[in-house]
Amino acid sequence: MTADFLLNLAQAIVNGLLTGMVYGLMALGLSVIFGVMRIVNFAHGEMMVVGMYLAWMGFEYLQVSPLLSLPVIALLFFGAGYLLQRSLISPFIGRPEHQQFLLLLAVAILLVNASLAIAGPDSRGVQMESQFDSYEVGPLVFDAVRLHAALAAVAIALLLWLFFTRTRTGKSIRAAADNNLAALVVGLDVRRLYAFTFGIGAACVGAAGALMITIIPVSPFLAVEYTLLAFVIVIVGGLGSMTGALLGGLLIGVSEAVAGLLLQPSLKSMFSFGLLILVLLLRPQGLLGKGSQ
Amino acid sequence: MSFVRRLAGNAPPRILWSLAILLALLLVAPAVLGKYWLSVLILILYFAFVGQAWNIMMGFAGQLSLGHALYAGLGGYIAAGLYFHYGIGPWAGLFAGVAVAVLAGAIVGYLGFRFSLAGVYFALLTIAFAEFTRLAFDHWQWAGGSGGLFLKVEHATDIVNLRGGPVLFYYVILALAAGAFILCRALLRSRLGQYWLAIREDAEAAQAVGVPVLRCKMIAIVISAALTALAGVWNAFYYNNLFPETAFAMGRSIEITLAPIIGGLGTLFGPIVGAVVLTGLGEAFTDLGDVLRIPGIKQIFYGLALLVIVMYRPAGVWPWLANKLGLTERQS
Amino acid sequence: MTSRKTFTRRYLGQTALAGATLIGAPLPLRYAAAQTTGNLKVALLLPTSGIQAQIGQACRRGADIANDVFTDMKLPVKLEIVNYDTESKPDVARTQAEKAIDAGCQMLVGAFDSGQTIAIAQVAEQRGVPLVVNIAAAPQITEQGYKFVVRNFPTAPMLITGALSLHKEIFKVSGKTPKTAVLMGVNDTFGTSMVNGIKALFPKLDMPYEIVDTITYDPAAKDLSVEVGRAKATKAELLIPVNRLNDAKLMIQEMVKQRWEPMGVMNPGAPGLYEQDFFKTMGKYSDFLISNVPWLDPKSAMTQSLEKRHAAKFPNDQLDINAGFTFEGLLVAAQAWITAKSTKADALMDALRKTKIDQHVIIGGPIQFDAKGQNVNIKAAAVENLKRKPTVVMPVESAAAPLVFPMPGWNDKRRT
Repeated sequence: MTADFLLNLAQAIVNGLLTGMVYGLMALGLSVIFGVMRIVNFAHGEMMVVGMYLAWMGFEYLQVSPLLSLPVIALLFFGAGYLLQRSLISPFIGRPEHQQFLLLLAVAILLVNASLAIAGPDSRGVQMESQFDSYEVGPLVFDAVRLHAALAAVAIALLLWLFFTRTRTGKSIRAAADNNLAALVVGLDVRRLYAFTFGIGAACVGAAGALMITIIPVSPFLAVEYTLLAFVIVIVGGLGSMTGALLGGLLIGVSEAVAGLLLQPSLKSMFSFGLLILVLLLRPQGLLGKGSQ
Repeated sequence: MSFVRRLAGNAPPRILWSLAILLALLLVAPAVLGKYWLSVLILILYFAFVGQAWNIMMGFAGQLSLGHALYAGLGGYIAAGLYFHYGIGPWAGLFAGVAVAVLAGAIVGYLGFRFSLAGVYFALLTIAFAEFTRLAFDHWQWAGGSGGLFLKVEHATDIVNLRGGPVLFYYVILALAAGAFILCRALLRSRLGQYWLAIREDAEAAQAVGVPVLRCKMIAIVISAALTALAGVWNAFYYNNLFPETAFAMGRSIEITLAPIIGGLGTLFGPIVGAVVLTGLGEAFTDLGDVLRIPGIKQIFYGLALLVIVMYRPAGVWPWLANKLGLTERQS
Repeated sequence: MTSRKTFTRRYLGQTALAGATLIGAPLPLRYAAAQTTGNLKVALLLPTSGIQAQIGQACRRGADIANDVFTDMKLPVKLEIVNYDTESKPDVARTQAEKAIDAGCQMLVGAFDSGQTIAIAQVAEQRGVPLVVNIAAAPQITEQGYKFVVRNFPTAPMLITGALSLHKEIFKVSGKTPKTAVLMGVNDTFGTSMVNGIKALFPKLDMPYEIVDTITYDPAAKDLSVEVGRAKATKAELLIPVNRLNDAKLMIQEMVKQRWEPMGVMNPGAPGLYEQDFFKTMGKYSDFLISNVPWLDPKSAMTQSLEKRHAAKFPNDQLDINAGFTFEGLLVAAQAWITAKSTKADALMDALRKTKIDQHVIIGGPIQFDAKGQNVNIKAAAVENLKRKPTVVMPVESAAAPLVFPMPGWNDKRRT
């Protein structure tokens, strides 16, 4: 029993880590946007669903693998995010939360129903041989698509980290996030930086969508679930912290997998929300968030 | 009489007369309206009522809750469960439902306020509690689990057990909406109301001048939860079935917030105006959708309408409308 | 004198209210839109947007070709079908039903989901307009003593009883009987009533296998690796899944990856395994899975007409039981009009109670309603996925191909 159980547990943890990495990438966009402009993107899951649809269309009509269309989708999302910020969201920065909430809710309703009107209600998936593949390492089984997606997620996170620490724009964005007023004083174009940030956040979600479609088929109304999941992850990891989002993703991935093994699997999301409540109360800045909120 | 006079305060007579006429019209409405329009009016009153309840927390005390489905769901489930299992009528059951919802509100509020969660963080806490409860009800067999709880539909009107046709439910929700309106007016004119507005504007400053901030916030969430639970009980007996996926859904919570935000946060008329505007738009767009036969087109128009309103009337429709109509007495 | 005064007051009130509602909501555009006419005006209430949009739209396709099939079958009737979207919400379903009746609809057909159907059923009862339920499995719908509601769809217990007795037949025909089974179910309204129903009925049905574990999972599951891992660890010889579409794909993908090859996968009456999109995504791994569900009778002339019309009008969509049952709902309405030759509710209801339709599309005896308004003649069929098509293999009189059981392994040569 114990050997069997330990093996199952190890397998659950492996699965949780792989799924969690993609979760983390998905939540990263939410965290980046909040960290810089203090706006919670309530249309986050909807944006990801659009990314999944784009990747599906690329596969279905142009026979391009989602992993190859990923950079294109990320670029498109960057542009769309940049424009969205400049046109709609920019006037709402610093406004009361309920107004920001309503604005993004309206965007979410538009995105999800436009997806429905254009792509139809059927669940759409890509067909790849790797979806049925797995690698065996000793007694453990590594799921092929999840492993590919997780590796891609790590690579994207690494690129982002390089961007924020090595480039001028990246450093300016971090400066603006730390202290808006000071950034203005030293002459940074905060408006442009904000738009840039929103673009980057959107690109992350788009990329996550392209990876997600290899794992799970897309249908318009899954969006709310993704938004909620992203909230849970970034709060647990620390809203506004990049490494926090990745860690939060891994933590939620592993804890859900283990909870699914030990309890009835349909209870595992309850476990995540319980974790969210605990973190909110005991450490609202999240596990890796900065000191004060 | 003196209570009425005190409640009316310095409101312009035009408003009072308009309200009296509106109430009179609403009272005779079932006699003259077609059944469809009656069902639309019922929806408007329902959203006006829950909007008023939500407004107490957000509009008055400044606490953003995105999990109000929790209180409506609890109220409805407890009252319906008591009726279903033990035959306890809703007039008794609602006390249990409201008590449970109040307890839940007190827990959410105490934890949130005690650990001084504000803004988005508090909103996420309310979502988390609602989702947690949804999943718990999915597995609670007494309440039917995710298979749902079904009340037996009776044909005869039975006011004792709140069984009957739409007209009965219309008058009940009308009474609730009117009652909530009067309650909110009274609250706003009380010292508590002044404290709330002070907290909403600047909690730290309010604390500094001696406002019992924690207690005031707790009262706000408790009253709000209690009223929302009443709406939940009404809802359960009107529709006669409950599912965790709909009763506690985030979509339900969001619906509750829309009327007061669109109508005008913190105003007495905001939730009512918002409910009229949103339900009216919803019905018109539904018709459009049925004619155009493009799935989702209704919600696209609806989303566009929300976008336009929040961009051009971010403070809501009512303050602007009141200004246009020359009704200058403002609550905030 | 008094009567005139009342009239004036009433009239005034009416005008004022009309004015008030006009501001709130523009008059329905529906009245402006041109309508075709028919013998009977039927409102079709379906969730064509919102979370159930996929199935709602599949249902609507069955209705869109109903009049054509009636013509093919030489039925002397033409229905005027008016579409209403319930947006997958009970409150919208309710107002839409009121609107339909106010617009003059003489019969209602809908609404796929149990919650929405009950909301509509209450309106039907209060207004005295017949409702034909096309799909909705909650037993409660016909346990309420409704006078104006009939249902041409099996309840969850009926689905299960039918499916489990087919299991025994399958074992008998193939000569292979599994000793153990694991039940996996999606934890939503339908899934829960099925899983609870199976647990409740199981002891009474004298099944040859024992259920060693029951695993339920979230309807929004993004990953079923742990769930399938648990099921595999039980070493059960039979998997009984209660799926929807997305989780069905995830489940079979996981089984292939984890190399779990039970003797069979037999769905006890749920959707998922036989859907068009499932075949497209799963390819060769979709074959040899068995669903025990009500199904279209390939040998019925009406089914053949329905298939032909469906293929002509919707070349990209596979005809499924959602469209089939919705078509039958309209067939029931049409027959009621043919019998009653009237659009009066009482006459139609009378005709519905006496309904006996021998020629229809779903496998089973004639469509007939018992005292509660339930059609008890619907039979489950064993539908096996063969060559990427759901194929009836039992009952033998409707079979289009022989049964293959036990299921070949995931890398067996018979999967191509």
